[in-house]
Formats: sequence, structure tokens, C-alpha cells
Amino acid sequence: MASKTKSTFVNMVVVLFVISALASTALAFVYQATKEPIAKAKLEIKKKAIAQVVPEFDTSYNPIENMFKIALAEGDSLECYPTKKGGDFSGYAIKANTNKGFAGEFWIMVGFTPDGKIYNTAVLEHHETPGLGDKMQKSKSNWSEQFTNLDVPNIKDIDGDGILIEVKKDQGTVDAITAATISSRAFCDACERAYTAFKKIKK
Amino acid sequence: MEYILLIISAIFVNNVVLAQFLGICPFFGVSKQVETALGMTGAVIFVMTIATVVTYLLQKYVLDVFGIQYMQTITFILIIASLVQLVEIILKKVSPALFQALGIFLPLITTNCAVLGVAILAVRPDYNFSLLQSTIFAMSTAIGFGLALVLFAGLREHMELADIPEGMKGVPIAFITAGLLALAFMGFSGIA
Amino acid sequence: MSKLKIFTKGFFAENAVFVMLLGLCPTLGTTTSALNGLGMGLATTFVLVMSNVAVSLVKNLIPDKVRIPAFIVIIATFVTIVELSMQAYLPDLYAVLGLFIPLIVVNCIILGRAEAFASKNNALDSAIDGLGMGLGFAMALTMLGSIREILGSGSIFNMKIYQGDGALVFVLAPGAFIVLGYLIALVTKLTKKA
Repeated sequence: MASKTKSTFVNMVVVLFVISALASTALAFVYQATKEPIAKAKLEIKKKAIAQVVPEFDTSYNPIENMFKIALAEGDSLECYPTKKGGDFSGYAIKANTNKGFAGEFWIMVGFTPDGKIYNTAVLEHHETPGLGDKMQKSKSNWSEQFTNLDVPNIKDIDGDGILIEVKKDQGTVDAITAATISSRAFCDACERAYTAFKKIKK
Repeated sequence: MEYILLIISAIFVNNVVLAQFLGICPFFGVSKQVETALGMTGAVIFVMTIATVVTYLLQKYVLDVFGIQYMQTITFILIIASLVQLVEIILKKVSPALFQALGIFLPLITTNCAVLGVAILAVRPDYNFSLLQSTIFAMSTAIGFGLALVLFAGLREHMELADIPEGMKGVPIAFITAGLLALAFMGFSGIA
Repeated sequence: MSKLKIFTKGFFAENAVFVMLLGLCPTLGTTTSALNGLGMGLATTFVLVMSNVAVSLVKNLIPDKVRIPAFIVIIATFVTIVELSMQAYLPDLYAVLGLFIPLIVVNCIILGRAEAFASKNNALDSAIDGLGMGLGFAMALTMLGSIREILGSGSIFNMKIYQGDGALVFVLAPGAFIVLGYLIALVTKLTKKA
């Protein structure tokens, strides 16, 4: 067995330096190798979500490359991915967040057709309670189906507070998830925010 | 208001131990007596706050600037490890009394995953915390850790006197108790 | 010690979770389902084997006084490699495990094995030790994840096994503590008899 390196000051500094340098080099190499696939994986998730929430569109017009931001307030803007079919705009996928969730912020993708109907929705990222709030995901329950083809411009604003997409408890039209009113409200809030953004595009 | 929400959320709603499962090892390790639990709490509040401030600055002014975010894990853990050593040395010189109280807990903190966890959470791009927010976040999280730890230690002190079935003695009953405590903390969710 | 014994020791007799009570944070935090537990267990196993081998190869070059920081750098490197690869090729699993991947660094099992085993043994034995310990850890996590998934969601590995939603509490935080408590009690009883 080779003899052990002594704990002199020079030895310690040199060894730590060499190890750190080797580690950094190895990481830089791995980072370079995985950079492409990571970007691709992230893009793939986005692409899938867009395709889920808007009607079929021409792939010649890339919604991700044509993304634009819509400001709702100072420092608060949502991303919008427009899609085209036969030369005309056929849909708008809007990535909307809400901070009213049971466990804080979550992100959903809301798709609109040009007449303001919600085509479909998809949950992107959330931390809602498993088994309750997470029923807003399509994979867990069919709750979010009531948003499909929701004709937002024609919803009657019963309580006159200017908010169209609300749960029934708040004088709205949406059935809340049983025992997860807060998550349901937050989901409506995100849709409402997306709709507000959508109205700004149309202007 | 925003800061109050942040504090309540970090202490009660998203309690670091009972809801996020960080810092479980010290939670079971030093919770046999209330007194040691208090000492550990002090040390964690101290180190977690300093560590988060330092790693926040490192992330914003070094890693982000040079685009080497992938070095995050490695630099953060080294910073925390050396910071703990540094705090130990400084404390020994400046305040021997405080060192007496916290000293034995300091080395244990390097492997307290709550410290690294909070440092990483505080610089997450989707939170977009300012330095002040991060500091408050770290301190409240540490207080939440302390609260859970001291409560749990109190329960375990009482359990010493209880008549527990043979097979459940020691560790198993401690886990069940922690589970019930977590259940109680779930009552806080939704308030912030 | 025979190779087989090195392996089984980590897997059963000194099982990291049930016997040594190490690495509890990921054990509780990532086991909401069997698949998540298995994923976390395998990620940890990879880091454990690689860092054990690396440490045993360089053990004579590292001066004693700086061995801990040196080990930490080695471990953190492998953890970052796992993190980047998982982000690239298993983005769904990465989204679920999230914060617990970088936290593999402070998993006491890994530094513990580097210090207690790899710094005193050759590369092959260290690899076997890492594999045994890691798979034992993965087994414990999968077991806990399966029980929580069966009781909490009524399914296992995402396959529905009975109707209904199950008792939700087992998927949530309290269930993690309670199930692990009973599991440890069971394991202690079984091993004491043997």
C-alpha cells in the first residue's frame, strides 16, 4: 500500500485545489453534454401543453418562436403563444399563474379560440394537496373538463364584481372540487388572469 | 403584510420539518430533551440565516453572472461547511458564553439538510426573492424548525413516563408522535 | 470479509433506513408513491457507488485533515451529474423529486460510507459496499412508497388495485411518519427474533 500523504499546509492546499479543479472540469463537461437535452426536454413539455389547449394548428407557424408577453400590471406579465391555421390566428395558449393556491403559486396553460372561448386547459406545475387540490390535473380527475369550451364572454356576471370565471360559492358558474375550494378558486383565478390577458390581445 | 405572510407561511404552513421533510435527522437526534432542543434551535437560526445571506449573494453576483448555475450544489455545500467552521472559531473568540451554549451543535449543522435546502429554495428563480425576503424566509424557516423541534422534545419528555407497548418503544413511537404533530400542523394550511 | 457478505450487510443487517436511521429526509419526502421512492433510491445508489469508488481510489492522496471537504467535493460532483442527467432524460421524475436531488449531498449515508468504508478499503469492495447500502436504501424507499401509495391512493406503481381514493392522510406528510414508525417497529421485531 502506498504511503499516505502528510497533512502539511502545502499538501492540503494542493490536494484540495486539484480535486476542485477536477470536479469543475468534470461538471463543465457534463453540463455541456446535457445542455441540449435539458433545453429540449423543457421545450417538449411546453409544446405538449400548447398542443393540448388549442385547436389543431399549422406547424409552419411556430407558437414558441412567436411568443409575446402581455403585461397585466407593473411587473406582472403572462406569456402568450399564438397559433395559426390557414394564415389566420386560430388560437392563443396563455401561460398563467396564480398565487392563491392552497400551497402557494401554481402555473397552468389556458387555450383560447379567437372568439374568447376557452378551448382547453392544462396544469403545468403545482404543489396542491395530493388527492384533493391535485384533482385539477386531467390525469387525476375530470374536474377541469368543465372549462373545456367554456364560453367566457357569454358568462353572466351575477354579482357584478367584474370576475367571470368563479366558483358557485362566489356566485360563479364553476363547480368547485369537493373539499378543495381554495384550489378551485385559484384555478379560476388563473383562468381569469389568462382571460384578462386575452382581452388585451384582442384590443 | 407581504412579509408577515412570508413569515407565517414559513413557520406554520410550510413548516420545514413537518411539511417539507427537511432536517429530519436532527429532529429525531436532538429532541430527547427540551433544553438541548433549544440549544440546537439557536444554532440553526444563527447558521441558516447567515448561510442563506452568503449563498444568496454568491448566486446573484457570481454564479448567475458567469452563467455557471450548475456549480450551485457544490459551491453551496462548501460555503455552508466552511461557514459553520468560521462561526465556530469566531464565536469561541468573541462570545465564549454563546459558544458554550451552541458549540456542540455547530458541527452537526453541516449535515442538516434544512440549511442547504433553504439556501437553494431562497434563490429559486420562480420565487424571485430579494435579499431582505431571503433573509426573512431563512430566519422564519429556522424558527419553524425550532418550534417543531421544541414541541416534539416536550412530547418526548412526557413519553418517557408513558406506558408504551414493548415493540413500539423508542424510535417507532417517536415517528408516530411526529406524524400526529404533522397532522396538527396541517390545520395551519390554507391560512396564508 | 467475503464480497457477498459486504453486499448483504448493507442490504439487511445495517440497512440505512430501518436500522441506522440515516437519510430520513428523502425517505419521508419522496415516497408519496412507489415509483418516486424507487427513483430516489436508484439516484442515491448511483451517487453512493460512484463516490465510494472515487474516494477509495484517491484515499491515499488526500491528507487526513482535509479529507472531509475533499469527500464533500467528490460527492457534490456526482450529485450534480445525476441532477443534470435527470433533468435531461427524466424530466418528469426530476419535477417530482425536485429539491431532494441536490440534497443527496447532505444525505448522511453517503458521507458516512465514504468515511467509514471507502477510505479504508479497495475500489471493488467499496463499489460492492455502495451497491449494497444503496439498494438497501432503494428497497426501503420503494417499500415505504408502495405502502403509502396503496393506502393513500389505492394503487401501486400507478396501477389501480382497488376502487376509491384511499385514506388520503398516507400520501400527506403525517402518513409518512406514521407508516415509517410502524415499519421500523416491524423490522426491529423481525430482526430481534432472528
